[in-house]
Amino acid sequence: MTDASKPDGPMLAADGTPLKKSLARALRLQKMRALALIAPLLIFVLVSFIIPIGSMLFRSVENSMVSETIPLTVAELQNWDAQSGELPNETVYAAFVSDMVVAIEAKRHTRLGSRLNYEQTGMSSLFRKSGRQIRRLDPATDGPFKEQLIDIDKKWGEIGTWATIKTHSVDITNGYFLNAIDMQRTPDGAMSQPEDKRILIKLFQRTLIMSMIITVSCIVLGYPVAWILANLPMRQANVLMILVLLPFWTSLLVRTSAWKVMLQQQGVINEVLVWVGLVADDARLVMINNQFGTVVAMTHILLPFMILPMYSVMQTIQPTYLRAAKSMGATNWTAFWRVYFPLSVPGIGAGSILVFILSIGYYITPEIVGGTKGVFISNRIAYHISSSLNWGLAAALGTILLAVVLVLYWAYDKIVGIDNVKLG
Amino acid sequence: MREENGEPVLADANANDVFVEFERVQKSYDGENLVVKDLNLTMPKGEFLTMLGPSGSGKTTCLMMLAGFETATHGDIRLGGTSINNIPPHKRGIGMVFQNYALFPHMTIAENLSFPLEVRKMGKSEREQKVKNALDMVEMGAFGGRRPAQLSGGQQQRIALARALVFEPELVLMDEPLGALDKQLREKMQFEITNLAHNLGITTVYVTHDQTEALTMSDRVAVFDDGRIQQLDPPDTLYEQPKNSFVAQFIGENNTLEGVVKEINNGIALVQLDDGELIDCMPVHDSVIPGARTRVSIRPERVEYNKERLQEGVHTLKAEVMEFIYMGDIFRTRLNVAGNDEFIIKTRNAPDVERLKPGQQIEIGWLPEDCRALDA
Repeated sequence: MTDASKPDGPMLAADGTPLKKSLARALRLQKMRALALIAPLLIFVLVSFIIPIGSMLFRSVENSMVSETIPLTVAELQNWDAQSGELPNETVYAAFVSDMVVAIEAKRHTRLGSRLNYEQTGMSSLFRKSGRQIRRLDPATDGPFKEQLIDIDKKWGEIGTWATIKTHSVDITNGYFLNAIDMQRTPDGAMSQPEDKRILIKLFQRTLIMSMIITVSCIVLGYPVAWILANLPMRQANVLMILVLLPFWTSLLVRTSAWKVMLQQQGVINEVLVWVGLVADDARLVMINNQFGTVVAMTHILLPFMILPMYSVMQTIQPTYLRAAKSMGATNWTAFWRVYFPLSVPGIGAGSILVFILSIGYYITPEIVGGTKGVFISNRIAYHISSSLNWGLAAALGTILLAVVLVLYWAYDKIVGIDNVKLG
Repeated sequence: MREENGEPVLADANANDVFVEFERVQKSYDGENLVVKDLNLTMPKGEFLTMLGPSGSGKTTCLMMLAGFETATHGDIRLGGTSINNIPPHKRGIGMVFQNYALFPHMTIAENLSFPLEVRKMGKSEREQKVKNALDMVEMGAFGGRRPAQLSGGQQQRIALARALVFEPELVLMDEPLGALDKQLREKMQFEITNLAHNLGITTVYVTHDQTEALTMSDRVAVFDDGRIQQLDPPDTLYEQPKNSFVAQFIGENNTLEGVVKEINNGIALVQLDDGELIDCMPVHDSVIPGARTRVSIRPERVEYNKERLQEGVHTLKAEVMEFIYMGDIFRTRLNVAGNDEFIIKTRNAPDVERLKPGQQIEIGWLPEDCRALDA
């Protein structure tokens, strides 16, 4: 019997198979086809987005280089207590020489030097210099090595050197994250960096505060523009829209450089001010290579990202709402503030999230117009990626940045509600 | 609501008191064309007046000028004797119901209703009382905490009405408020709105393009076309005595025949149709003089084909039945009369009424006062 309306037991299809199974089979082809259609995108996202981010997250804690390059030393160092106030014994030195001979052969000892140099300056040159000498030693016959190594460089006779190696010999380290928040991993646990090296927290704070200033500037400048766009007749609105989008057609680099021309001390604005007489020739305004320059240029560059979502939300606000408010006795201001503005908040929210997240990770513009005082955390990340080659620290900084954005997103959801965000 | 100020004002209690007045009002948007041409209109307190017309006839523009959202290019609009041309909308104290209701989506129903009271700086307890009264008035008392999006179209319509009335305006404007509702709900709301307006004694200006709505709801209807009021009369006068062909065509179903006026005797015009036959008509339009072309208008339900019921001595016309449609309560028959094969007659479905058959030859006639000679 195939009584489909049978109240007990699963619903059955006409041929007696459970209805759910039958439905799944009927939809399978459809699902496969849909999956095939999105497969290229899925693969692209996986390769270009998920994997790099995963790799970055991993790199911020990954630290296998020390234990891979000098495995015997790391093993022997486990038996040594840095707190004891004595140097490691001969077995550690012997293990180190055997490790180094292998590492020198593979030309990996300088990389280890660079890695340890992030933690203690001087390590890089120590490894490079010692490498040339240790190459001549034969780990089987030339021992004992303790005195010989201290002769090569007296740093091998310092407890600190060995303590650093031991501290950073773990495979998974929190060292990069500690560095990223101006602390360091020491044999005695996490400690603050010396005063003169604490720059990253300050840089994070500056990045957040300036991004907020930029976001607020974009709201203040963009809101009236979006309002005009939304209320003009279609034809004129389209022309204005082209003006809003015009910056997208120009290279970011060109636009940023244009601000340099405008803002520098021999630039257009200063020349005009001096010519008019508002500013003395010897007291030209410093508007670039500082935070002001960064805020101005980035506000200009990110403004369209604020205007577009605001515009598309405002377009959906019917003009009759304002008329209704006025017919009920509200002044223009009350009608705007109590009716129009609350309805436009989703646009402001969407624009703000967009602008804030874009600006918190901005790199090119602060690099060009920011000088030293107006750079962002992303400039520091770029420095560690391309100049100091401390990718672990760069990854840790990037991970913190990602976490900050997610926390802010969460906070926004709690305060305003993410379903209050409309991009159109 | 009005009772507080004294006795309830009835629709025609003091018809001589002009409350709303348009005097020689013109409106142009582009400086080249007039959308409203020389509008003159007076309304007594408590009247329910409907502005009816096709789209683009200027009726909504008139409403918007009264509300203050458009300014008159020329002329004077007065409310209670004072000119309101330069008074901004929010100081006019006119309630308004919009076509799409315009309920604020970010506020609850109660907040929506409270809004006009808040901007009037009314105390909280008084506000709550009035909001409650207004919601009860439209039988929506239980919905104060909901958002507009959670209500059906008809419910939103009631709230929009309550919101326009909650601050007790003397004049309420309604801009096609029932346009978005389905037929059944629309008829129910028509009844409720008229009842409410009459019970509260509110002066109402109602804009619609639906003639049934205009006829059933209004004390008077102003038929707009081409920026002018074509006729301003109570519904029955408008339907039975249209003053020109536009009104005759626009209101209800209508048959027209064209011809030339032969003579006018004792208030009855003899019109020779284009195929030579003669009919008796009531001369209505100023242009109906002997020798002039005219267009005569007869309502389908006033045409008689039962010879026994025709008046002695009236002219009759030969007609051929083209189509017979059974519609339940009435029969609708299409005839070919004097070369016009779109001539419709409607007959009540009564036991003694003959059901005509296509091809049948009949003679039709009517009372001269039902056949109105209008402008050509």
